[in-house]
Amino acid sequence: MSAPSQARGALRGTSGRTIVADRAATVVLWALGGFVLLLLGAIILHFVIASIGVVSPSFIFGDPSDTELGGVGPLLWNSVYMLVLAMLIAVPLGILAGIYMSEYAGDNRVTDTIRFAEEAISSVPSIVVGLFGLIAFVNLTHWGFTALGGALALTLFNLPLMARLSEQALRAVPADERSASLALGATKWQTIRHVVLPLAIPGIVTGIILTAGRVFGEAAALLFTAGLSTPTGYNFGNLNIFDPKSPWSPFRPATTLSVYIWKTNSEGLSQFAAQIGDGASALLLGSVLIFNLGARFLGRILTRRLTAA
Amino acid sequence: MNTGDEMTTTTRAQDPIEASIDPSPATLPPRIVPVGPGRTADDARTGSPDVAGVAAMPKVAAEAVSITYGTKLAVRDVSLEVPERSILALIGPSGSGKSTFLRCFNRMNDLIPGARVTGQVRLDGIGLMDPDVSVVELRRRVGMVFQRPNPFPMSIYDNVAYGPRRRGASDRAQLDELVERSLTRAALWTEVKDDLRRKSGLALSGGQQQRLCIARVLATEPEVILMDEPASALDPISTLRVEELMRELRELYTIIIVTHNMQQAARVSDRTAFFNMGEDRAGYLVELDDTRTLFTNPKNQLTEDYVSGRFG
Amino acid sequence: MAVVGEAAGLAGLHVRPALRDRLDLPRRVVFLAAASMVAIVFVLLGFIAWQGVQLFVQNGYPIGSVISTTWSPQDAPISFGVLPFVAGTIGVTGVAVLISAPLSIGLALFLSEVAPRWARAVVQPALEIFVGIPSVVWGWLGLTILVPFLRTNLNGLGFTLGFSWFAGSLVLSIMILPTITTITYDAFRAVPQDLRTGSLALGTTRWQTIRHILLPAARAGTLTAIVLGLTRAAGEALAVQMVIGNRPTMPTSLTQPMTTLTSQITLDMGNTVFGAPDNNVLWTMGLILLAISMIAVLLIRKLNRSGGRR
Repeated sequence: MSAPSQARGALRGTSGRTIVADRAATVVLWALGGFVLLLLGAIILHFVIASIGVVSPSFIFGDPSDTELGGVGPLLWNSVYMLVLAMLIAVPLGILAGIYMSEYAGDNRVTDTIRFAEEAISSVPSIVVGLFGLIAFVNLTHWGFTALGGALALTLFNLPLMARLSEQALRAVPADERSASLALGATKWQTIRHVVLPLAIPGIVTGIILTAGRVFGEAAALLFTAGLSTPTGYNFGNLNIFDPKSPWSPFRPATTLSVYIWKTNSEGLSQFAAQIGDGASALLLGSVLIFNLGARFLGRILTRRLTAA
Repeated sequence: MNTGDEMTTTTRAQDPIEASIDPSPATLPPRIVPVGPGRTADDARTGSPDVAGVAAMPKVAAEAVSITYGTKLAVRDVSLEVPERSILALIGPSGSGKSTFLRCFNRMNDLIPGARVTGQVRLDGIGLMDPDVSVVELRRRVGMVFQRPNPFPMSIYDNVAYGPRRRGASDRAQLDELVERSLTRAALWTEVKDDLRRKSGLALSGGQQQRLCIARVLATEPEVILMDEPASALDPISTLRVEELMRELRELYTIIIVTHNMQQAARVSDRTAFFNMGEDRAGYLVELDDTRTLFTNPKNQLTEDYVSGRFG
Repeated sequence: MAVVGEAAGLAGLHVRPALRDRLDLPRRVVFLAAASMVAIVFVLLGFIAWQGVQLFVQNGYPIGSVISTTWSPQDAPISFGVLPFVAGTIGVTGVAVLISAPLSIGLALFLSEVAPRWARAVVQPALEIFVGIPSVVWGWLGLTILVPFLRTNLNGLGFTLGFSWFAGSLVLSIMILPTITTITYDAFRAVPQDLRTGSLALGTTRWQTIRHILLPAARAGTLTAIVLGLTRAAGEALAVQMVIGNRPTMPTSLTQPMTTLTSQITLDMGNTVFGAPDNNVLWTMGLILLAISMIAVLLIRKLNRSGGRR
């Protein structure tokens, strides 16, 4: 038997090239984890400081102004309003699509095509979604720039995400629950409706909030659909949805908070542009945090309630 | 087995890696490295208290080893010794802590969050629980074969060469030789020699995969091999093949094997240790003896019940 | 099934299902909902493709005319060369991924191989918040923090940096970091634990195990993550537009202003007349962007399929 040819190190001791490389790698990987936390911390801190003296009730609820700091009230309202409009379309449609993908879809070409479409829509750049909206919801419909057009463009982001998250939530329901119901003689739809869907609700609700958070700050798709102007001086008592001055009307231009940040910067009209940008960005970041924490919190509560019941 | 009675002198390879792995002489501990086939002469013990052939310092020893996972005691106070070049089988019912105990010898328990080992484990007298022990070097000397064959997703050749390469071996001819020798010892060479580099380790049958994993361990030239139910996922024919292999390996290595299969323990091992689960659900060592004695004439009633199939 | 409760006895099993069950209305409804996404894709592709070729159809420009590095939409000689934008998009995206991929893969390794539970419980939510930060906010940070920082602090290096290719890539690299990280992380988690213990038991270090076992085994997933990162970066509009300076020439240096497909569309769409050549060329750019993203989707599918087979 011939000799082994490998170096044999000492059992004690921690030197050696491989050990040093391992140590170094560990340090670098920890540093990366720390870097992410530091970066996020720095961003949040920056906006907290920047919003001092800017973000106040009159900033959040007030009207924009060219001569003084003004506020972002109508823009914030437009963001919320269009988000709700978009969710009204995307949530039911997305859940239904998720049900199909999770409960009915077989392993065949139809499913494959739908899956491909889902992936394709999610990866279309938002500016291209905006271009599509410009043709489909502005020019062809002769609506011009409207909140509804913007909401429909947002739906393109919401829908595939909502479908995917619903599908995941539904798939997570154990097979036992389904077979138990089917074994009792329930039809497939009854099983879905009364057994699977209720169990999937925490996941779906979390999905809704995450989806909402994802599109709340969307801007590029709205530039050419909801427009760069908005009526101000909203009177929330005006419930006539066909009155372009009504905050409830879907048929009016509606700049959102995030579009406003971009516009403030690119047009640079106000001498307070920097403060407005900081304040509005802080508000957006705050909303992201709220959406994120909300999704976690609500998901946890619903799970607890459902599993306890 | 006496470690000083034979000596196969071989030239130590002039490997540049060696210099970087070896710590400064000042930190070199007194090592007692057995000298035999596949071992090098200058590893022979220097400065050790019991030099000239004091009979059988155990190759491996456990001293009052207890293992806890979080707050759960898994193994309680086990002490045993394994002589060089022998096979020790650990048998016992599920939950008796055999596999957990086995993992002390190469400190694989380190990888489990919350696992804590107390007591001492020794290899050639060196305390493996000491903080200055390099687990990397330890695991090179104490190889392990797992319950489920786990070849890497790469060619058969690369699988076997994996360990040596990580230690810096890059000489093509030496590697070729090492791979062939390891596969031959693992009784796999003739079956795979034609597509060593083309065939993935994952494309082999279960029994072949397990022998590949053994070859992979042999290629790192260990002194001790731990086997955690190495045949439990194999068909009967592959199992026999692996058992045969173990008996051959016994000539060169110290082997500790965990098995559920008492016939297997009886067939392959020199000595057998019987573990049981105590009232506190912690595993403990009931009895250790020559395999023949333990199976035919156990001292402990529990052992007798177990080997005669009355429980477990 | 519909006969349960009708006391039909065994014979009931042979009763023809009720019309309602044969139609299976719920199935049709959920199918339509899912299929609506296919319809959307077709309509979107159709509209963008149609408008994207109008420069050639309606305005009569030869297709070759856009393959030029000269962008002069107003001053004679008029030229609609889109190459500066295409090159800009490729350049700013490529450098962003070069910065981001190593960081993201390292971060994914940290989360999957190194971090104790508490650290993972802190870093993962932080990444989720990163994903949610709107692109205008990134642009705003780039504009108000990064660009001034580069301009004032890097002068000692012998060049001036401000609105630049580098600034754009830096902003993008942070934006795609969570995307690449989470997908790579999933790929690492999918590698069987057996392989890790197998490698460590042979006396290799954690880093050796990562380099020689984990990274090769997760290659398909890592590539998918990088392609997704590239796609997201290429399609990003506002954040990039706010920091790259928007100079419509071929990109020359990381320190110089440049432009991209997205930023040109963003800037000029509102300033041109729908149907005019200088407007239609923007749609052509949109079509190029769409083509890039569709190619990426196909590529990812292919990667996933080959990854699944191994």
